[in-house]
Amino acid sequence: MIEVTGVTRLYGRRVGVQDLTFQVRTGEVLGLLGPNGAGKSTTLRMLTGYLTPTAGSIRIGGQEMWAAPERIRQMIGSLPDRPPVYREMTVEQYVTFAAAVKGVKGRGRRDRVRQVLRALDLTSVANRMVGNLSRGYQQRVGLAQAIVHDPAVLVLDEPTVGLDPVQIAEIRDLIRELGRDRTVILSSHILPEVEQLCGRVLVMDKGRIVAEDAPQNLAARLQSCRRYRVEVAGEPEAARTLLESVPGVQRVVQEGGLLMVEAAPEMDVRPALFFRLAEAGVPLLQLTPLAMSLEDVFLRLITREAAREEAAG
Amino acid sequence: MSRMGWLIRRELTAYFLSPAAYVVLALFLLISGFFFSTWVIPSRQADLRPVLTNMALLFLFLAPALTARLWAEERKQGTDEFLMTAPVSVAQVVAAKYLASLLLFLLYLAITLVYPVILEIWGQPDWGATLTGYLGLLLLGGTALAVGLFASSLTDSQMVAALLSFVLLLCFWLLAWAGSALPARWAPVLQFLSLTGHYGDFAKGVLDSRHIIYFLSLISGFLYLTIHRLEAVRWR
Repeated sequence: MIEVTGVTRLYGRRVGVQDLTFQVRTGEVLGLLGPNGAGKSTTLRMLTGYLTPTAGSIRIGGQEMWAAPERIRQMIGSLPDRPPVYREMTVEQYVTFAAAVKGVKGRGRRDRVRQVLRALDLTSVANRMVGNLSRGYQQRVGLAQAIVHDPAVLVLDEPTVGLDPVQIAEIRDLIRELGRDRTVILSSHILPEVEQLCGRVLVMDKGRIVAEDAPQNLAARLQSCRRYRVEVAGEPEAARTLLESVPGVQRVVQEGGLLMVEAAPEMDVRPALFFRLAEAGVPLLQLTPLAMSLEDVFLRLITREAAREEAAG
Repeated sequence: MSRMGWLIRRELTAYFLSPAAYVVLALFLLISGFFFSTWVIPSRQADLRPVLTNMALLFLFLAPALTARLWAEERKQGTDEFLMTAPVSVAQVVAAKYLASLLLFLLYLAITLVYPVILEIWGQPDWGATLTGYLGLLLLGGTALAVGLFASSLTDSQMVAALLSFVLLLCFWLLAWAGSALPARWAPVLQFLSLTGHYGDFAKGVLDSRHIIYFLSLISGFLYLTIHRLEAVRWR
C-alpha cells in the first residue's frame, strides 16, 4: 500500500531523514519508534503530502505521490502531532466541515459524522467549542477528522499523547479495530503501545531506520546477553566471586541484597550456577530470568548506533 | 455545497466570530462618514468623487487588518496541516480565502452606498461616476486584499503579516509620488505601476479597460505568488 524508496528530507542543510526505504502492506499496522528528533514526524508528514521529499519516491496505492497529490490525499486520513482543529467551531461543526472538505457528500454526511462522534465518544461534547475542550478531547476530535472520510490509509503521529489512561486504552482499541481493514502507520515513543498495536516496528534514530522487525522478534534478535536475578542466603559478596567463576557468565553486579548475572546468550548457565552454589554450600533462594523489554532493546540500539558512528567518524 | 463553498463558509464564519471584522467595519464607517460629512456639508455639492478617493486611502489599513489572519493564524494553530493534507488543491484554498475576504469587503462597501443615496435625496449626484467610482474601489480593494493574503502566507505572526502588507501597499501607493523626484522619463513608468494612478479615471466616471486589466493582473499575480509560496513551504 505504501512504498517508500530512498527517501531523504533535508531542512536547509540539516538532515531530517536520510535514505529511508520501507513498505507497508495493506491491512498492516506499522509503528515508528524513536526518540524526539529521530525523524518520525518528518516521515509521516511526507506520507500525508504536507512535506515533499528532497530525494526518493513515495508511492501510495501504486501511485507516485507527486503525480496525483489530491487523489492520494483523498485516500489518507492523518492526525498530526498537534490536532489541526479550529478552536472557534463546535465539535460537530468542525467534523462536518472536515467531512465536507474531504468529499463526504449529501445525505450520508450527517449520519457519518454522528457515527464517528459516537465511535470516539464525542457525542456529549458535540455542541461545545473545540477550543474550550481539554487536550484529550481535542486529540479525539483530531482523530474524528482523520477517519471521517473512511480513508484506506491512516497516518497517526503520536495518537495517544495527552490522553488519560482510560482514554488511551479506548483509542488503542479503536486503532486496533481500524487497523483490521486499513493500513495504519503510527509513531510513538511509548514502547508498550507499539508492542501492543503494531505488527511491525521501524526503530528510527537521527533520521535513519536502525532496526525493523516484529516487536517480539526485535527484542529476541537484539538480546546480546541473558540476565538473571539471583538471591542467596548469607553474604552476597561471597556468592558473587563464586558466580563469576562459572563458565559463560560475563558479569555479576550486586544490587542491594540481590545479584544480577549477565551471561552469554548461546548457553543456559542456570544448571552450572545452581551446582556451583550448592557445592560451596550457599543456599540458592531465587533464580529469575529477566526478559529484556523493548525499552532496553531500544536504548541498546540507539547507543550501539552512536558507538558505531563514533568509531567510523 | 461544493468543497469550495464549505471552505468559503468557514472563512466567513471565522470573520464574523472574531471581533476584528466588527472593529474594522466600525472604524471604516466612522472615518468614511467623517470624509463624507466634512466634504458635503461645507461644499454643498452632490459630488462623491473626493469622498471615494479618500476612502481608497483607508484600504491601506483595512486590507492588512482583514487579511493578516488568513494564513498566519492557520499556521499558528497548526490547522494549515489540515488544509495542506486535505484532498483539495492549494489554489482552491487560496481562492476560498480570497473570496471570503472579498465578500466581507463587498459588504463594507455596500454599507457605504448609503452616501450616494443621501445625496440622491437632497440633490442630483452623477450616478454614472459614482458607480464607476465604486467599481474602482472594488478593484483597488481587491488588489489590496490579494497583497494582504500574500503577506499573510509569509509568516505565522498576524502582527508581522499586517505590517508587511501595509508596507507593500504603501510602496504601491507612493510610487506615483516618487515619480516627481526622479528624472522625467521615469515618471510614466512609476505612474503606471502605482495603484492610485489607475484609480483616478474610475472616480471621474471613465471606464478604461487598461485600468481594469492592471488591477486584475495584480490580483491574479499576488494570488499566484501566494499559491506558489504555500507550495514552496512543502519543500522548505
